[in-house]
Amino acid sequence: MAATKTRTSSFSRNLPAASSAQSPEIKCGPNGTFLVSSGIPDLDKTLGGGIPLGSLVMVMEDSEAPHHMLLLRNFMSQGLVHKQPLLYASPSKDPRGFLGTLPSPSSPKDDKSRSHDAEQEKGLRIAWQYKKYFGENQSNLDGQRGMILFRFIVLYNKQEFSNEFDLRRPLDRHFYTGQHVDCISTKDLPNIAALQERCTSFLSQFSRYICTFFAIDFVGFTNLLIVTFRNDATVACTGRIAIQSLCAPQCESSNMEWEMLSFIRSLKSTVRSAIAVAIITFPSSLVSATFCKRWQHLADCLVSVKAIPDEDKELAKLLTGYQDIVGFLNIHRVPRINTQVPAVLEATTLSIKLQKRRYLVLECLNQAPVDGSSGSSYGTSGSCSGASSKSGSLDF
Amino acid sequence: MDSRARNLLDEALGLDQLTQSKSPLGGKAVLIEDCVETSGSFVLHQLIKRLLTATSNSSNVVLFLAFANPFSHYDRILLGEEGKAGGGRSGLFALFANITKVLNSLPEGNRKCLTIVIDDVSLIEVAAHGSSDHVLDFLHYCHALTSNHHGCSLVMLNHDDFYSSMDRPVFLKQMEYAADVLVKVKPLATGLAADVHGQMTVLNRDQCNRRGSLNNRMSNFQFRIKENSVEYFYPGART
Repeated sequence: MAATKTRTSSFSRNLPAASSAQSPEIKCGPNGTFLVSSGIPDLDKTLGGGIPLGSLVMVMEDSEAPHHMLLLRNFMSQGLVHKQPLLYASPSKDPRGFLGTLPSPSSPKDDKSRSHDAEQEKGLRIAWQYKKYFGENQSNLDGQRGMILFRFIVLYNKQEFSNEFDLRRPLDRHFYTGQHVDCISTKDLPNIAALQERCTSFLSQFSRYICTFFAIDFVGFTNLLIVTFRNDATVACTGRIAIQSLCAPQCESSNMEWEMLSFIRSLKSTVRSAIAVAIITFPSSLVSATFCKRWQHLADCLVSVKAIPDEDKELAKLLTGYQDIVGFLNIHRVPRINTQVPAVLEATTLSIKLQKRRYLVLECLNQAPVDGSSGSSYGTSGSCSGASSKSGSLDF
Repeated sequence: MDSRARNLLDEALGLDQLTQSKSPLGGKAVLIEDCVETSGSFVLHQLIKRLLTATSNSSNVVLFLAFANPFSHYDRILLGEEGKAGGGRSGLFALFANITKVLNSLPEGNRKCLTIVIDDVSLIEVAAHGSSDHVLDFLHYCHALTSNHHGCSLVMLNHDDFYSSMDRPVFLKQMEYAADVLVKVKPLATGLAADVHGQMTVLNRDQCNRRGSLNNRMSNFQFRIKENSVEYFYPGART
């Protein structure tokens, strides 16, 4: 029987004009997604350009080392440099104090020569254009002023998608003393509802659904299924949520496992329908195994950090540059929004290095291929073995 | 069925033998299990596509309870395949009431064409705050709809890796017991590969054949997921 199936419109996201290609903080990703930077250019590259808007990133902490703080710091700094509203939750009593430790973008003269030369050239060319209008009869002093202005113009033009951050230089106060930065301490919250409310109200300013009538005319009856409202308010930029050490033992609400799970689930769905990205770090070893797996399933992007053992002779033989490595970053899941094709990375384990003790760098591990033919394809037991043959779950 | 090429999954699910039957999945309950490393949602997408594009039976109806992703995500993946979707979130009773309402609103003869698709069961558990008894009851009620009286089909997605660490994974075992077809999706034991995204095992519990013995059919094969389709092949047999 032929039924007339009319489909009036499909879902699509109505992103405001501010987030078109002109805005440097957002770039187009595959499958109709938009990407923002994580604050670590190497991580952006590995994830396929950046973090898609609407995704929930979860970081499994290692109790032996605070490497997750490096990720969090760079993520927050990147958002603040781009003037994106930020909500930061942490188990410490004074989360605002943490903002003073965020890194500042590295200045041009400190920049390593990465592939930014072309953009720098463009900036310089524009600056030279301005310089020629300064006038011929300038004294030396004026010349100096001109030079300072010149440098300022170069800096100003370098609004980039992703910045290099200098961990030794703190971020200027004016970046985080505005109204757009909100902090909340999770230490004394009796339950998770207060945090959930703050997140929901924060994200409500970034909501973006357009109005659709998804009606099907089927065998004689019509069903009006989903109606959402148009939001014409133009949002200047995207929102970022950073939640540090969710479910840390010092928080009162850490025992309420199902409440936590419910919170993460509702946060995930709210973020998905907003022009925002959320990152949650949690101590995976302190959460029960069952719930840890449930949390992992909820993540759009799942990474874990691991400390490197000191003076491990075996590892030192296995890896080049062992002395410079401070830890490992394992990427378990890459965000796949609007597509079912999984992303297969060349390597899921990256080494975390601090170049000149200032710049966070992620590198592929340099090592000979591990013989992986020991596993059989169809394990008779229900569980499947991990991808690595080492207990340290390194995957080269 | 139709002239579309049958693939290994169709054979394993018995979809190719149901040309005469009205009900697309033969009134079976299908349970798909996956894990963090390899997502099994592509099986859901493929089944939904199969159901909605079957030309021999254009009155197939899919009732999609989507908890994991917004509809825009599925919309994009399914590329405009039309269907009927709905989802209730307030209370499992209300949810089941909605399902029966949809079922009853269908004309008598078409009730067997309804397929209920759940993505995914673990999120129903979260919504029920962990009371797995209530969730099991709900699933049993849904399963009851697949009986001969109603003849609907049921497709559920669940993750088995968090039950396996429990002492008595009662919830999972009950679901596996109730399911007629069990599809397990796992990564390859040897690690990641661009050509092969994982392996799957399909256990199809047929009803008794004429001689009275059970015909359980188990298939193992590998798969590679592409944008609009999935390739299934035996290990080493990929062209």
